[in-house]
Amino acid sequence: MTGPARGPEPLIFELSSPGRTAFSLPELDVPERKLQEMLPASALREAAPGLPEVSEVDLVRHFVRLSRLNYGVDLGIYPLGSCTMKYSPKINEDLARLPGFTELHPYQPEDTVQGALELMYLTQRFLCEIGGVDAVSLQPAAGAHGELTGLMLIKAYHTSRGDTRRNKIIIPDSSHGTNPASAVVCGMQTVQVRSDRRGGVDLDALREVLDDQVSALMLTNPNTLGLFDENIHRIAEMVHQAGGMLYYDGANANAILGIARPGDAGFDVVHFNLHKTFSTPHGGGGPGSGPVGVKKALEPFLPVPIVGFDGARYYLDYDRPRSIGRVRSFYGNFGVVLKAYAYIRSMGPEGLLQVSKDAVLNANYLMRRLQPYFDLPYDRHCKHEFVLSGRRQKAESGVKTLDISKRLLDYGVHPPTNYFPLIVEECLMVEPTESESRETLDAFADALIQIAREAKDQPDLVKSAPHVTPVGRLDEVLAARQPNLRWRPPAPGGS
Amino acid sequence: MMKYLPHTDRDREAMLKTIGVKSVDELFSDIPAQVRFNRALDLPRPLSDPELARHMGELASRNRSLDGLTCFLGGGVYDHFVPSVVEHIVSRSEFYTAYTPYQAEASQGVLQSIYEYQTLICELTGMDVSQASMYDGASAAAEAGLICAATLGRGRIVVPASLHPEYRQTIKTYAWAHDLEVAEVPFGPQGTADLSRLEAALGPEPACLIVQHPNFFGALEPVEEMGRLVHARGGLLVAACDPISLGVLKPPAAYGADIALGEGQPLGIRLSFGGPYLGFFATSEKLVRRMPGRIAGATLDHQGRRGFVLALQTREQHIRREKATSNICSNEALCALAATVYLCALGRRGIVKLAGLCLQKAHYARDQVARLERFKPAFDAPFFREFAVRSTLPWERVESGLLQQGQAVGPSLGRFYPELKDCFLLAFTEKRTREEIDYLVGRMEGLI
Repeated sequence: MTGPARGPEPLIFELSSPGRTAFSLPELDVPERKLQEMLPASALREAAPGLPEVSEVDLVRHFVRLSRLNYGVDLGIYPLGSCTMKYSPKINEDLARLPGFTELHPYQPEDTVQGALELMYLTQRFLCEIGGVDAVSLQPAAGAHGELTGLMLIKAYHTSRGDTRRNKIIIPDSSHGTNPASAVVCGMQTVQVRSDRRGGVDLDALREVLDDQVSALMLTNPNTLGLFDENIHRIAEMVHQAGGMLYYDGANANAILGIARPGDAGFDVVHFNLHKTFSTPHGGGGPGSGPVGVKKALEPFLPVPIVGFDGARYYLDYDRPRSIGRVRSFYGNFGVVLKAYAYIRSMGPEGLLQVSKDAVLNANYLMRRLQPYFDLPYDRHCKHEFVLSGRRQKAESGVKTLDISKRLLDYGVHPPTNYFPLIVEECLMVEPTESESRETLDAFADALIQIAREAKDQPDLVKSAPHVTPVGRLDEVLAARQPNLRWRPPAPGGS
Repeated sequence: MMKYLPHTDRDREAMLKTIGVKSVDELFSDIPAQVRFNRALDLPRPLSDPELARHMGELASRNRSLDGLTCFLGGGVYDHFVPSVVEHIVSRSEFYTAYTPYQAEASQGVLQSIYEYQTLICELTGMDVSQASMYDGASAAAEAGLICAATLGRGRIVVPASLHPEYRQTIKTYAWAHDLEVAEVPFGPQGTADLSRLEAALGPEPACLIVQHPNFFGALEPVEEMGRLVHARGGLLVAACDPISLGVLKPPAAYGADIALGEGQPLGIRLSFGGPYLGFFATSEKLVRRMPGRIAGATLDHQGRRGFVLALQTREQHIRREKATSNICSNEALCALAATVYLCALGRRGIVKLAGLCLQKAHYARDQVARLERFKPAFDAPFFREFAVRSTLPWERVESGLLQQGQAVGPSLGRFYPELKDCFLLAFTEKRTREEIDYLVGRMEGLI
């Protein structure tokens, strides 16, 4: 992973020396006017902002050294469940940097951006086909932004029918944290339903909460346990009968490409995470892209603008009187969308299908290899991810899932998602993705199996991990009790 | 395509054997027949890399990029030079192929860079605390409105009409979902908020006033007076700013802003037809626990070495679910890294000089435009790098006539303000030379 410890890297501010710069600016070539002639004194800043002063070489070394303290998909398996940390193709990075894409101002005339609009239009159509929906907006900037947009569309739909009492969003207890949070940002209340023994939505529990105040049910399918909800048809029927809508959280769509389309299963709104399913890099936490697709009935409410085509030219369609409006500026994360477009074009229909098949194969393979060593709460075929429980290790030797994860860092691999979903005790949520070879999966499994042995034989070794990372286990309690959220210059005179 | 899929058929067979099934299809047997998709997706056939490169090159060539134009376009995002160091650092795949730093010990690079970013944003804005990034300026403004309303338990968000129209539209969308009211303050003849009508718009109990400074027309708002008026009614002041302007303009904290935010695109982010960019978002100490999204904090490891973690996570959706302060999860981390590198490259003197260049060139251009017959500056308020021009010619003719001469100007204000349909914006960065400005003004004069 990140190699032997290299010790902490100073902050860039600690490397600063007055008078240095890493920037090259032209000299002023217009007649200079006094600042006070142009701006009122009251508008002016008294002291320059305290930005660090470093030379270009020091700047580059600092950030390159920081990069070496970090783990990424290009260094090895990154099996974070529900995050789909697949490989990001290099050619797409290169193509996204063509000046014909990067050097476009969003307010350029439409006639000068026909290539960009065509790419967006085609991406809208491709996502319609993949999701089984009728229209797509590329505007949301991330998955959670897509969720919020989708819930707003549902709210607008109900309101347009005079059905204004529907303020409840039903959310399974296995859902992503963004689902309830998005519901609240959309001004709704959340109602949680429990999962049944097979890991699906408990139909009796669902029946109890369905009434005429239900706006929608949000569902991830396969869910965060990696399980496909076999009752999806029944669920759709029940929710629709109650007058609610069905929302598909596309975080786990990597399992279903060309295999099952949310729109066909009764979902009315679908969001995609282009940074998960469609291979665009996660960027250390973004930028992502979270397009939203809808069935016909919801199309009038999509955010403005949508990219349209009149048979001769592509255009930004603002003439949508029932639209919810905007959810951000401009047209979405175009630079991300174009990498996803390139990915879809290079994979084609058979490639995308193979992606899902291999992703599911990889998850099942890892699950069966690890089953003898960890508790497997749901013993059935998983889809693209699965959950293990470390409760056996915790009971036997006091080794917690967090310890196991930290110990994995010593083996040079990134741990799975910890303690999520919340319904599984000491949960490890593993999503290998289709990118990993059998050898990589075996090495990962071997590391976890070895750690399971260590948990028995040398529990303290696991509990005190990690041992070879640039820093040891960090004190989160201290970070919470005494928040230190920015650097401050040392007091003058002090040292 | 298969180069992204490592398995050979032999691998697959061996793995199926370990699993104990005969075929991959068996693994999908739990998907009910009625929801199985029984045909191939109707998508174009796969392209090889050379074919893909050619195809994408063709699409790119159907755009007229700013490489072949002189860009005077404004409206919140600007054609600044992006230093090579920025692209090189964000191209380090240890950064760009990582995700949210949940495992701090393997993510010190991202976490420390976020901590540095937060410090830079605090230095620029004068605020106490910054978070790690929002999607863009508009959504940052909308979330700020919700936070103010929730903090004070009030339902009225006030915005000047001179706030970026796309910010206002985004604020209205978010506010609609919460049944919050958005009240607009018209602008006066100076192109700034009409103070005589601000008090009425604020009403007795405003949640906040979201003011853009410089505003959409490039003009400086009377922010100090506006801040006094909203604070006098117990409301909060939210300032949306152009980060480059903060090289010369008073930081928002100095005129009493409770939240400072803005579009981070000018900080080393390419224009890319509208995104990805980043929203910066900083608050005073008292609002820190209301802050949306990720925040990095410094702490110690067991040996007493400094390290960085995600801090105050009890505000966030993955911990607090429906009680979170926002639903934001993925943000714009890589763009925030670009902004960090950009600001560190500029340094304390660099940003002052850069802001000065934008300011001087814009003022030079305004003087030249003021001499034209058919074009006049639309407003007289002090401005930073951008100003509105009023024309006696129809916008379509101005836009296309100048484009034919390689000059990109706008946006047209008529697009957002029917009463300003004869106006458009001109914006300036360090990239524009006197020669280019003179050429533009000459072409404007020559339009028929």
